[in-house]
Formats: sequence, structure tokens, C-alpha cells
Amino acid sequence: MSELILDRLRKEYGSFVAVDDVSLRVEEGELVALLGPSGCGKTTTLRMIAGFIEPTAGRITIGGRDVTWEPPYRRDTGMVFQSYALFPHMTVAQNVAFGLEMRKVPRAEAETRVRQALDLVRLGHLAERLPRQLSGGQQQRVALARALVVNPGVFLLDEPLSNLDAKLRLEVRVEIRELQKRLGLTTVFVTHDQEEALTLADRLVVMDHGVVQQVGTPEELYESPANLFVAGFIGRSNVLRGRLAERGRFISKGGLALAVPADGMAPGEAALALRPERIVVAPGASDGGVVGRVALVTYLGAATEYRVTLDGGETITASVPTPRPGDPLKQVAAGDAVTLTWPAESCRLLAPGPGATPDEGGL
Amino acid sequence: MTTRALEAARNGAAAAPAAGLARLKRRAGRWALRGLAGLVFFFIFIPVIFVLWISLFQQQIVSFPPEGYTLRWYENAFARSEFRHGFGLSLQVAFIAMVIGVTSGAAGAYAIVRFRFPGREAFNNLLLGPLVVPGIVAGTSLYVYYIMVENLLDVDFRGTLHGLVLGHILLTIPWTVRLVSASLVGLDRAVEEAAMNLGAGPWTTFRRITLPMMRPGLVAASLFSFIQSFENLELTLLLVGPGRTTLPVAMLNYLEFRIDPTIAAVASVQIVLIGALMLITDRFVKLSRIV
Repeated sequence: MSELILDRLRKEYGSFVAVDDVSLRVEEGELVALLGPSGCGKTTTLRMIAGFIEPTAGRITIGGRDVTWEPPYRRDTGMVFQSYALFPHMTVAQNVAFGLEMRKVPRAEAETRVRQALDLVRLGHLAERLPRQLSGGQQQRVALARALVVNPGVFLLDEPLSNLDAKLRLEVRVEIRELQKRLGLTTVFVTHDQEEALTLADRLVVMDHGVVQQVGTPEELYESPANLFVAGFIGRSNVLRGRLAERGRFISKGGLALAVPADGMAPGEAALALRPERIVVAPGASDGGVVGRVALVTYLGAATEYRVTLDGGETITASVPTPRPGDPLKQVAAGDAVTLTWPAESCRLLAPGPGATPDEGGL
Repeated sequence: MTTRALEAARNGAAAAPAAGLARLKRRAGRWALRGLAGLVFFFIFIPVIFVLWISLFQQQIVSFPPEGYTLRWYENAFARSEFRHGFGLSLQVAFIAMVIGVTSGAAGAYAIVRFRFPGREAFNNLLLGPLVVPGIVAGTSLYVYYIMVENLLDVDFRGTLHGLVLGHILLTIPWTVRLVSASLVGLDRAVEEAAMNLGAGPWTTFRRITLPMMRPGLVAASLFSFIQSFENLELTLLLVGPGRTTLPVAMLNYLEFRIDPTIAAVASVQIVLIGALMLITDRFVKLSRIV
């Protein structure tokens, strides 16, 4: 296993910049997820690491070795493809053995390692099957075994869960994480699914339009998004636009005056991001909170969401634990007045700019 | 009976047969389709059946009903040297043309599917070209062209094996290009990338991964190329020379002087041979999936 360093990696297609000076350091044994909407450059970045795409500029180093201009077969990466890309004319065992054969590993040793790799993914009993005789989840595990058996310096996963059904996805996700930890694999994982990224990765790289928006642990990204895009892409956020009148006081476009943390941002135009689950909803209009009318109540089982229209015309969505029977909140329906409160520290002030969700008023 | 009751009765009576009629129509439609399909199959196979049947007729002049059955036309076919040699030459030409045509055609198909280069579309059309040129025209053109080349290079082409093979390669290339392209288009490139990711260089990837995945297309292309060459008459007519005739040309020559069931016997052998080839191929590669 080795450390992976991307240094101002760039890919241009004509005038289109697919990957815009991405720099990243993946520590030995770390799992980093590249996350972003489709077309954000995450797959292009991964394919440049694997060597399938030549970068326009920048450098890629694996374990201290500059591989920027090496062909894919001299890079020592192990990749799992979205389509699994198993060799259809070879058995499971032959698929897994292929990489060892290319490395001229002696036959006896290769056989042992293939067996171990297949046992690792619990497919030892299917070694003689052809890929088409396996289910999607099994094919996926063969692809994992095939990539891992060669002890690659860097383990690359390209949306490996997107072709599995929901239940299996969860299972394989846990399995991949366990394997990665156990083997101490330096891993880069591409996904567009934020839940997947949050639960799997040590660190996340959020990308949009080829640019890295933020790098951080799941908690850092969720609690302190760097900009509106990250605030809307990782979890959900209410976004209120307006201006910071003075330190600690934000006036929204709808005329709402709110106390906010008095942190670094200078007064001027700003946006405020607020997580729905940080908001407390109380029935009836009262002082000491933001008053509005319920537009929509959505029951989600453990939680219930209230979409509230404020007097200034803005909307805020609050997500609270579903009230128990007898709780006055239980009676609240569309059209009723409610009061919203939240701790001032929950608000995050961000530079105004385009957000991740088009419907940002109500999330 | 009041008028209203009368009307209700009439409506009821009309409704029931209407439903029955619709069902009947559907069923009739299904049977009509089956009947038509059967008719088409019958129409396609009737010449084959007749050829096989006539080859066993007793009498020399074909007439119905047969006066009896015999195998002597097969004996006659095998006894005649022009058929024996024709058969041998046809096999030889078809085999060589198939090997060369499929190899070069597959390479062309690979280039067309995998690479973007100027004139790609024109190149594709050029390779499919021989399909549109009538055999007689192609044969005549080749004949004239061979004379020119012979004068220029002082090497014989007309009536030689290599001249014949070169002409037949033209027949095999369009088939190969079509069939191999089709099999390449459906090939997931990630599979080749996976091989390279595991340490296989371009040549190893091609040999170990791409080529085996092209196999169904190559097998089908080989089969059809072989058949195209083996059965060809029009183009071949102008390329054969004295003492060097293919089976179809030998058959045509025989027909000029005699009409007896020998020709049906020769055709039967040909039909059985090609049928067997197709069946054997189908065991290894499902032809219905490719063609």
C-alpha cells in the first residue's frame, strides 16, 4: 500500500475543463471518496489515476513514484469498474488469477492467493463458474477479489455499488469498508451518492464543475460546509439569502432579522444555511422565535417534516422527531401557525453564490 | 312486448356475439399468422426438398411421378473427375479465401469500430462495396484487371489458384466486416481496461481478452465467408481456366450438355455439407444471436 498524491491535476477537452487543478493527498490506508453530481469530473480524475486518460497538466505520484506518464499496466492500481468488467470467457478463478499471471507469479503461489482472495469475498465455492452464471452481487465480489489479489498500491472504485439493489448495496458497502480497513488499502472511491460517501469514507472530496469544493471528514463537511454547494450536496440545508448587517446579525431578503454566530465573515451580502433537523417546531405563534404557517406536513416514520412559509414569503423546512400521540404538535396541520426556534450556532454563514439544489428556499 | 324490452333484448343479443366475435377474430388472426409463416417456410424449403428428392429418381429425364429410386446418380457424380476436382478446388479456394478474408476483414472492422480517422465512413463503405456489385460485373472487371496486371508484371492471374482466391477474398470481406463490427460494438471497453489495469500490455490484452470476446463474430464470419466462396458462380465463371474449375462452374458446364439427376446429386452433397457446417458451428456459437 502506498500514498497517492495528485498535484494540480488538470484535464481539458478543447475549451471544456473537465478537471480543474485538483490537488489531493491520500494517506496510506486511507479511504477517500470523490463525490459530486454527474459531470463534476470525479470519474475523469479516477481514470487519470488509473492511467486510462492522460492529464493535460499536473502530476500523479503513487508511493513516491511519478506515474503521470506511465501506461495503465505499469501503475500498480487495482480498479473495480462500475460494470464490473469481468472477462466473460474466463471462469471466476481465471478472472482472479489474471493479474497474478501478468505479474509472472509462480503457479503454486498464484493458486493459493486466488483461493485466499476468493475466500475473502466468500466466493470460494464458485471458482469454476463463468461470470454470466453469477448474480450481480457475486460478480461485484469477483471484481473486488480480482483487483485485490495483486496487492495494488492504490485501490480504485468507480461507483461500484450503483448496479446493485438497495439491500445488497448496504451489505457490499459494509463489506468493502471492512476489507479496506483490514487490508489497510489506500483507496479512492467515486460516487454520486452522498450517503454512501459519508458512511464509507475517512475523508470526502466534494467536486463540482471539475473544481474541488471542499475536502474534509464527513463531520467537517456536514457541520461546516465551505460553500452553498457543499451545504446543499452533503445532507440538506435551508438556505436564506440576504445580508450580514453587522457581526452576529443577519437580515434575510424577506426581512427576517436573525442572530448568527459572530465569526470571521465581514458584513455584506451573504447566505445562511440551516440544517432542517436543528430546528424546533412549536405549535401556535409566540415571541422568541420565527413565526410562519405550515404549508406541508410530511410523515417519514421516525421523523416528520414541516414545510413552513414565513411572513416574508420565504420557506423553511424543519425535520423533528415524529411527535407522540398527545403532543400538541401532533395536531398541527397545513395552514396552522407555528413558531420555529434554533440555536444561533446552528446557522452557518456562507458567501452568496449558486447552490446545489435548485429549490433552495424550501431546501 | 314493449318496444323498450324489445330493444333491450336486441342489445343483449348483439353484445354477446360481439364479444365472441372479437375472440374469434383474435384466434383467426393467430392462425392466419401461423399459416402464413408455414407457407413462407414451405416456399423456402421446397427447392431444397425437391433437389434431394430428384437426386434419387430412377429415370434419366426428370418427370413425375418417379419410376423408382436409385443411388446411381451419386455414383455417377463421384465417378466424374470434373466434380471430384471441382469439389476439391472449391474447398481449397473457399478455405484460403476464408482465412485471408476473415483476417483482413476483421482487422478492418476493428479499425472502423475502434478508431476515429478521416475517411472512416468511406473506408467502411469500400469494404462493404463488393456486396452491391453484381458478380458478373465484378468478374468481368477482375478479368480485365488481371490482363492488365499480367501484362505489367508478367505473372499469370487468369485461371490460376491465386487469381481465383484473390477474387473470392472480395466476396468474404463484406460479410466479415459486418459480422465482426457487430460483435465489436457490443463489447464493453471496460473489460479491456480491466485487463490493462491488471498489468496486461496492449498486445496481451488484445490476444487474451479482445480476441476471445470477438470469437462469435469471427466464427460466424468464417462460416459465411466459406459458404459465399464455396457457392459462388457468377464471379468465378470468368476467373476459372482450363482444368481448373470450381464445383458450381463444373455443374453449369455439365448442365449445358445433359439434364439428368446427377446434378441434383451433386447439389444434394453440397446442401448436406453446408447444412452440417452450420449445425456444427451453431454448437459452438449460437448463430441466431449474431446474424
